[in-house]
Amino acid sequence: MFRPMHELKAADALAFTFDGRALTARAGDTVAAALLANGVQACRQTPVSGADRGPYCMMGVCFECLVVIDGVGNRQGCLVPLREGMRIETQAGRRQPDSVRA
Amino acid sequence: MNTLREIGQLAEHYDIAIVGAGPAGLSAAARAAELGLSVLLADENPAPGGQIYRAITTTPVADRSVLGEDYWKGGALVTRLERTSAAYAPGCTVWSVAPDEAGGFELGLSLGGQARLVGAGQVILATGAQERPFPIPGWTLPGVMTAGAAQIALKSSGLVPSGRTVIAGCGPLLYLLAGQLAAAGANIVAVLDTTPRRNWLSALASLPDFLRSPYLAKGLKLMAAARRELAFRTGVTALAAEGSGKVTGVKVTRGGATETIPCDALLLHQGVIPGINLSNAAGCAQHFDTVQHCWTPTVDDWFASSIPGIAIAGDGAGIGGAESAALRGEIAALDAARRLGRISEAERNEKAAPTRAELARSLRGRRFLDLLYRPAPQFLAPPADETIVCRCEEVTAGQIRDTASRLGVTGPNQMKAFLRCGMGPCQGRLCGPTVVELIAQVRGVSPAETGYYRLRPPVKPVTLAELAALPPTESAVKAVVR
Repeated sequence: MFRPMHELKAADALAFTFDGRALTARAGDTVAAALLANGVQACRQTPVSGADRGPYCMMGVCFECLVVIDGVGNRQGCLVPLREGMRIETQAGRRQPDSVRA
Repeated sequence: MNTLREIGQLAEHYDIAIVGAGPAGLSAAARAAELGLSVLLADENPAPGGQIYRAITTTPVADRSVLGEDYWKGGALVTRLERTSAAYAPGCTVWSVAPDEAGGFELGLSLGGQARLVGAGQVILATGAQERPFPIPGWTLPGVMTAGAAQIALKSSGLVPSGRTVIAGCGPLLYLLAGQLAAAGANIVAVLDTTPRRNWLSALASLPDFLRSPYLAKGLKLMAAARRELAFRTGVTALAAEGSGKVTGVKVTRGGATETIPCDALLLHQGVIPGINLSNAAGCAQHFDTVQHCWTPTVDDWFASSIPGIAIAGDGAGIGGAESAALRGEIAALDAARRLGRISEAERNEKAAPTRAELARSLRGRRFLDLLYRPAPQFLAPPADETIVCRCEEVTAGQIRDTASRLGVTGPNQMKAFLRCGMGPCQGRLCGPTVVELIAQVRGVSPAETGYYRLRPPVKPVTLAELAALPPTESAVKAVVR
């Protein structure tokens, strides 16, 4: 859905994963921007109806870009700078009792 | 400037704490530091500039003409701050501001996953603006974003929408963004202008002032370029985003006829409103501004709020634009120094005089823009029942209207109890104005009479672990240990 204006130089590239998929993005991008640059449109499902949502405001206001980052849920992707090796996952709707670690 | 990257680097106490590193916060911090105050400038973003000067020190967009000369003016604000001794904490979220026992304030902050409570004698909130919610059917579909979001992606990451892009709404930023995205190579298939034609009548009385304003030349240039180069359609009266799982088109009604324009991205914009969550939660009085049509914190000539010691500078206290925000930051900082006893009232007035003159000039013509780009009623209170209003809790316009009329709900706080609107993670930022508008419409009263959400800290999510790790204060220990 978004493309970078300038080609990504190898020196500026950071490797990360989204739901296990290996991706790269520019050092300096936020997590939300890195996902948009890789064609990821939906990064969470709502806890109410399970509908797909993607980044909406990119400035920390709307909470639509919530993702799981390195195992920590409900992070605002648009406020977190991307780091090398980050493990990013879809924030999948409402948590079920059996998915919570004892 | 001393950049703090870890929460442990923050001092216990500052003369003044400033929240937000946009034009208002940067200027306030620089001025306060130049007057010899110890300053903390806390900002949620990774780099200074706020949204208008987003990523001004880090943007990968090298071609200066893409973002325009006005954008690059932001660099001077950062350079000025860099020459001072102010402490600047990027990536730092302020989630609470409360009075402390010493007559100052205690700020709750998080940085790098750790929380701290830090003291400040004076506080300036420079939290800026957010885009006005623009609820239309389908606005929650992935691929629908605010125009500001696309601008942020462009400024901070050099990203451009890659497919067929439609821009819809009204306001000066809409034309600016259309021009910037076109210059960056986006494929803009339509610009859908929702400015109501009758707005010209109400705005006309303010035209003479606008003709002498700094906005004029700028605005005309933007408008002319957008109209010349882009598929511009005016008089749009209804919009709906269509698609399943993601946006694939936008349904447009103009002049009584409806058509669907296929698109891969839909960028919405309906002007900007003050971001009031922190000031509201801190207990600062607010009122409904009928010209700008939004809730606005009530401030005096020095941008002091109803709580002595808390000032609100920049667009967070009423929309005036980047230039005015910087000037308002200066003035608020001078008054904070006076309150701290560092300068006299006479010194404050003398230093502020030239800034005040500039401020008056920068705001000239604002009223014309406010009245001309006032949103049409159907975009403030969506007529289609299925339109989602509270995006977090998925509450629709129909549910809110129904609850207001059948159960006689009189205000947004009562509505929360019935429908949970405003109780999701965004804390009403994306639904508050619309919920107020819908209740007002059903009851036949004004938004001012309807009121707004009573917000409470923390205004941003903070983990229980962060709170639990806070060192207990003496009074907190005394309260539970006997």
